[in-house]
Amino acid sequence: MRREDDISVKLDWTTILLFVALVTLGWLNIFAAIYDETADQTIWDLSLSSGRQLMFIAAAAVIVIMIIIIDMRFYETFAYLFYGLILVLLFLVPLIGKEVGGNKAWIGVGSFGVQPSEFAKFITALAVAKYIGSVGFRMDNLRNQAVLFALIGVPIILIQLQKDTGTALVFTSFVLVFYREGMSPFLLIVGVCAATIFVLTLLIPNPLYLHAAIAIILILLISFGKKKFKRIAILVIGALLISGVIVSVDYVVNNVLKPHQQNRVKVLVNPDIDPLGVGWNVTQSKIAIGSGGLNGKGFLRGTQTKFDFVPKQSTDFIFCTIGEEFGWIGSLVVIGLFVALLLRVIFLAERQKSRFARAYGYSVACILFFHFAINISMTVGLFPVIGIPLPFFSYGGSSLWGFTILLFVLLKLDAHRSQVLQRV
Amino acid sequence: MNEGRREIIQLVFVLVGLIFLVKLFFIQVLDNKYAELADSNAILRQVEYPFRGLITDRHGKLIVYNTPEYDLTAIVKDIKNFDSTKFCQVFELSREDLRLKFKEMKKRKEYSPVKPTLFIDQLSNLDFARVQDRLDEFSGFYIESRTTRAYTTSALANALGYVSELSKDQLERDEKTFYRQGDYIGQSGIESYYEEQLRGKRGVRFKLRNVKGVEKGSFKNGAYDTLAIPGQDLVSGIDLDLQQYGELLMKGKSGSIAAIEPSSGEVLALVSGPSYDPNLLTGSKYSSNFRLISNDTLKPLFNRPLMAQYRPGSIFKIAQAMTALQEKVITPETRFRCDKSLIGCHAGHDNQDLRGAIANSCNPYFLGVLRKMLNKGVSNSPFEDTRIGLAEWNKHINSFGFGSNLGIDLPNEKGGLIPTPAYYDQAYDNRPWKFSNIYSIAIGEGENLVVPIQMANFAAIIANRGYYYTPHLIKAIGKDGKPLPKYIERHYTTIDSSYFRIAVDAMQQVVESGTGQYRARLADIIVCGKTGTVQNDPLPAHSVFIAFAPRDNPKIAISVYVEDAGQGARAAASIASLMIEKYLLGKTKRQFIEDYVLAGKFLDQKN
Repeated sequence: MRREDDISVKLDWTTILLFVALVTLGWLNIFAAIYDETADQTIWDLSLSSGRQLMFIAAAAVIVIMIIIIDMRFYETFAYLFYGLILVLLFLVPLIGKEVGGNKAWIGVGSFGVQPSEFAKFITALAVAKYIGSVGFRMDNLRNQAVLFALIGVPIILIQLQKDTGTALVFTSFVLVFYREGMSPFLLIVGVCAATIFVLTLLIPNPLYLHAAIAIILILLISFGKKKFKRIAILVIGALLISGVIVSVDYVVNNVLKPHQQNRVKVLVNPDIDPLGVGWNVTQSKIAIGSGGLNGKGFLRGTQTKFDFVPKQSTDFIFCTIGEEFGWIGSLVVIGLFVALLLRVIFLAERQKSRFARAYGYSVACILFFHFAINISMTVGLFPVIGIPLPFFSYGGSSLWGFTILLFVLLKLDAHRSQVLQRV
Repeated sequence: MNEGRREIIQLVFVLVGLIFLVKLFFIQVLDNKYAELADSNAILRQVEYPFRGLITDRHGKLIVYNTPEYDLTAIVKDIKNFDSTKFCQVFELSREDLRLKFKEMKKRKEYSPVKPTLFIDQLSNLDFARVQDRLDEFSGFYIESRTTRAYTTSALANALGYVSELSKDQLERDEKTFYRQGDYIGQSGIESYYEEQLRGKRGVRFKLRNVKGVEKGSFKNGAYDTLAIPGQDLVSGIDLDLQQYGELLMKGKSGSIAAIEPSSGEVLALVSGPSYDPNLLTGSKYSSNFRLISNDTLKPLFNRPLMAQYRPGSIFKIAQAMTALQEKVITPETRFRCDKSLIGCHAGHDNQDLRGAIANSCNPYFLGVLRKMLNKGVSNSPFEDTRIGLAEWNKHINSFGFGSNLGIDLPNEKGGLIPTPAYYDQAYDNRPWKFSNIYSIAIGEGENLVVPIQMANFAAIIANRGYYYTPHLIKAIGKDGKPLPKYIERHYTTIDSSYFRIAVDAMQQVVESGTGQYRARLADIIVCGKTGTVQNDPLPAHSVFIAFAPRDNPKIAISVYVEDAGQGARAAASIASLMIEKYLLGKTKRQFIEDYVLAGKFLDQKN
């Protein structure tokens, strides 16, 4: 066998090292989060989350080997089939699933449960990439765009039916992939503006002020610009649209969102409104992270995470353990590892010869980025509390396997990139 | 067409990472608030209350001790499936009470739904025993214990004082910030005077706890913990049997008994009548009982031996005699006619020497003595002459411990009043005054005011033939075994010791053949005493008696003051002699005198 054919050489070991580092740190932190000084515990104990996470990691290793063994063409070939199957599963979950923590997102096989939504991310990424990579696909074609949005829209709706808003939101990260593949940035700009208006609506108690401000800006723009009918019409329509957004945000927040979701949003703007109730999670999370200082309290020495002040500390709030026990330096290392991984994934995506592989690579980067950004934002109080895990860190088999598959399919594609004829 | 989009996305990734690091730098490194909040979250500061020092009597009998007291606290967040009917039944509360207790708790400053907050304070021992077994039926409720004061006797209340939660004022005045809100502090009596010795030192334990408040071991292995140091025990000079006997004798009477060991100044008994049971001012009934006692028109909280300022009456004649002898204006042989033109007197004597005049308490005699004392002819002006004489007189009288605080180890002591020239200047509005204006001080009437402890101290001075130790209740503090240094200092009067023999003779004569002979005389012990009958128009006179015994090497000096009880030879002399008898012999043999005192009908008979 020629050396170039050896898969172990072709795999991108930088990515693998980053992956191993993140998974190992995650495992140690899960132990730290549940560690009880008074009990005689070891990190290997299978009755603890840390022991079980080690099992999940071992299973992930098996998955990695399988991904590498399976022919690279398998993923692209069966992308739509998988997509159809996962939609069926997602549709079935609310009917046959079991409820865990308020979300009916699990399908049980005996005592063992998996979350189809965790795998839906990977499969949707495959489907989206395949569609983008398909012959005759043009991003400026409205029909093609519509299909793309449908590809991510259907899982969003099905997952939202499971009341798993966090995971549903993850699919919006594909917009960034579309942008890379040539979609007009208009949608992104509108999205960012909408988010800004959304936050402003929350911050300013009376929406009348916002409407007044928009009216003033509109009058100023009209009076100090060219007085063409078309321009004025566009400005007026734009202003009306923005006002409409404000009205609808106000309406949605106060009437559509369920009380617990409303509170999560309101706490973001003012976490002090109810430090013992709704604000508890964010307040305690910030206390835990903030008390870490520069160097942290030391491994297994955290008091906030250990004594259950922070809820969901081994899953969604795992970053608190890092912040408390390893301080800012530890946070720097973890954030550094994540950013390095994200940049590395983009680097891998950009060196693909097929459009499919590149689009898939960007999907991987964007999904990981979304999880990373939203999860840490929520623990430091920059974003409402949305239950999505920190990739590779948070406790849980489904999430670890989902991200592992996501990443290693890219590595598999990357290892065989030279065998692909360039289509673009 | 897609130029630069890769870079834009990369930039977004890096930017988000940087935003996180900046935000984290703010909350982790720059802002200390979170570290403090984390500590208050997870570190429980547990105060260990020290045991307050015990107080015993001179023979080692326990008087004051500590008894556990239990508070019921609640963590509202942990209260689940609360069965209010059962709770009311177990804790013997009405539904209305329960509602009030919740309301009170939520109004407390320290109230928090996740921390233990006081719910019912001071369950008694009895309640605790009953409640303890059933507490696990009510989740979120916990028992916390601390100690409260308890007394073996119902006597000595005013001297002991009481302990209660310190007030807001006291907390603000506590400059060394020893105390915290909710702490207990001695409020009067010995408890207050010896607060620093009795209170001990609080210990602190830092414990880690989880979000439910469950303890999770010590913080840094107890490196910051301190042990509680118990307060020092106090040995008082009080003879508990004598004290209780005195309180029995004073039952139903207003006044005081003060007994001192002359050789040390230790107070043997300090009775204030009427009094109260000190056990009333401990535990959960403190507030309601305190209101009751402090509103009592008989003023049981008024510590008469120290605070009641009376005119001394005829007992003062001895001080006059000593002063005049020292100033050499009379000799023991000097005689004055019993001339009742200015001032009344008793029948049965006419022209006596000093001893006889004391024995019969001859008023005109001492009028004569004071005239000689104040008007020595050093100035031609009678006004100026009196002024000079009064100043000298005042100096001598003050040396007996009159006219200012003695410095006993109890708070709120009053000093009485011995008039000075300046005092009369003010009283007469700076118009001139002379002997004829002020002569009633000659017989202990007029402006003179003394407190009973000063009278007892005066008896001790005569017993000691001219000196005294400041009266004090506590003869030994802690392991040291010594009283406060100021109580081992001997104070001399300005009178030569030799003159006191005359006073002793005369006082012996008072009991053996003078005014006090009928009720004050004891068969086996030579008692020296002096009666006093203090005018109190229109009410009956106050009955006064001072005494010491035995004549040689005296063991006890005593003053008795019974308000509105007539002649000193009756109530006061009887009580004083019974006290002496009880102290020196351990029991009293004269049942008829005791019955007479207990009956308390001193004004009924002609005697």
